Amino acid sequence: MSPFRLLVQRDLRLALRQGGDAAMVVGFFVLATILFPFGVGPEPALLQRIAAGILWVTALLAALLSLERLFQADWEDGSLEALALMPLPLEAQVLAKCLAHWLVTGLPLIVAAPLLGLLLNLDAAGYPALLAGLLLGTPTLSLIGAVGAALSLGARRGGVLLSLLVLPLYIPVLIFGVGAIEASIGGFAARPHLLLLGALLAGALPLSPLAAAAALRQALE
Amino acid sequence: MSLHRFANPARFMRLSAALLPWCSAAAAALIAIGLYLALFVAPPDYQQGEAVRIMFVHVPSAWMASFVYALIAVASAVALIWRHPLADIAAQGAAPLGAGFTLLCLVTGSLWGERMWGTWWVWDARLTSVLVLFFLYLGYLALVNAFDDPGRGARAGAILALVGIVNLPIIKFSVDWWHTLHQPASVFRLGGPTIAAAMLWPLLVMAVGFMLFFFALLMIRMRTTLMAAKIRALRLAEIDRLAAARRPAAAS
Repeated sequence: MSPFRLLVQRDLRLALRQGGDAAMVVGFFVLATILFPFGVGPEPALLQRIAAGILWVTALLAALLSLERLFQADWEDGSLEALALMPLPLEAQVLAKCLAHWLVTGLPLIVAAPLLGLLLNLDAAGYPALLAGLLLGTPTLSLIGAVGAALSLGARRGGVLLSLLVLPLYIPVLIFGVGAIEASIGGFAARPHLLLLGALLAGALPLSPLAAAAALRQALE
Repeated sequence: MSLHRFANPARFMRLSAALLPWCSAAAAALIAIGLYLALFVAPPDYQQGEAVRIMFVHVPSAWMASFVYALIAVASAVALIWRHPLADIAAQGAAPLGAGFTLLCLVTGSLWGERMWGTWWVWDARLTSVLVLFFLYLGYLALVNAFDDPGRGARAGAILALVGIVNLPIIKFSVDWWHTLHQPASVFRLGGPTIAAAMLWPLLVMAVGFMLFFFALLMIRMRTTLMAAKIRALRLAEIDRLAAARRPAAAS
């Protein structure tokens, strides 16, 4: 079995046996979303208007919440140093860890999003764009987040620092993710927004592992 | 490698000591001349009236905000590739200055927007991307200072600075890509500037003045960092010397 698949399997197995990661992320996603009807009032028309934004912002925050776990545990118990000795380049390892992270946290978000859309009275025309946008956008969130997680390893106040590093870089994903839904509700084509989300993913896929691996090497020095 | 001629901190201290008074004086003179031209000589805009004079502070600080970030990124690359000690010091010295210019740009833009658009803030593409730049500066500063080992903070910051560089082209071209409230580029554009010469000259004088002001401050900050390191080393040596002097007495 290739070392890449081995690493993905290891991370998945660890996440599933320790449990709670996926449940925590989805739990946060649901709770943070249902805070909004309490905050802005339960009028269906208002909720329908802002549903796309609420869903994307809370999904983004939920993804952010799980980032700290990406390298932290491996770094603390020293397995990151053992992994660095693997015959697999560190860049590929980051990619494997991002894939596992996305499977554990990104996919559950995508599954939960349509249900929350129902609660917020999201227009029916918006669902395909919501799902396609999340499918293209959440891997980018994991990839960009990996850079921030690797950079803030061992830092004081790592959690707050991580959000300060990562959230500004998340903004383009948010803009085009919401843009796709708004466009398809308004009767326009969601395709340009989705293509831009795809472009962000295509850019993050090679570049983020490079930066994250460089940051991990600094942390291991 | 000819760059390494400037890698020597002692040579930098000599060079900057010679340059600093000239640079500061030129910056003060240019900003004074620029302000005079901007406030009294330049004509009021036919549409915007006197409020256009905010531009002479707003535009140079916006240019500086991007320029300083690019400089940090270049210095970070040099620091990562050649482990150049001055490059780290330059990047860290420039970051608070860049954050200051970005804040100045946002505040003056907000004041100008209140007069012209009737609102302090709009979520326009350029405003938003400059705000993101401001947060990139803050993130860089927080990251650099978040580690007990300053060397690790510097290297982590260098990587972040290189990651954040993707925002610079977005700022530059945001006004061309999206139809927004912010006016499109009128100085650095294909086909020459569209701004009137009577306004362009004060603007350029202010821009050069801001640039020299930045370099003067950067030199002061870098010199302070180097001197602080030297004082620290001297203090540690003094403690070692005192401890060594006391040791035989304690043993007897």
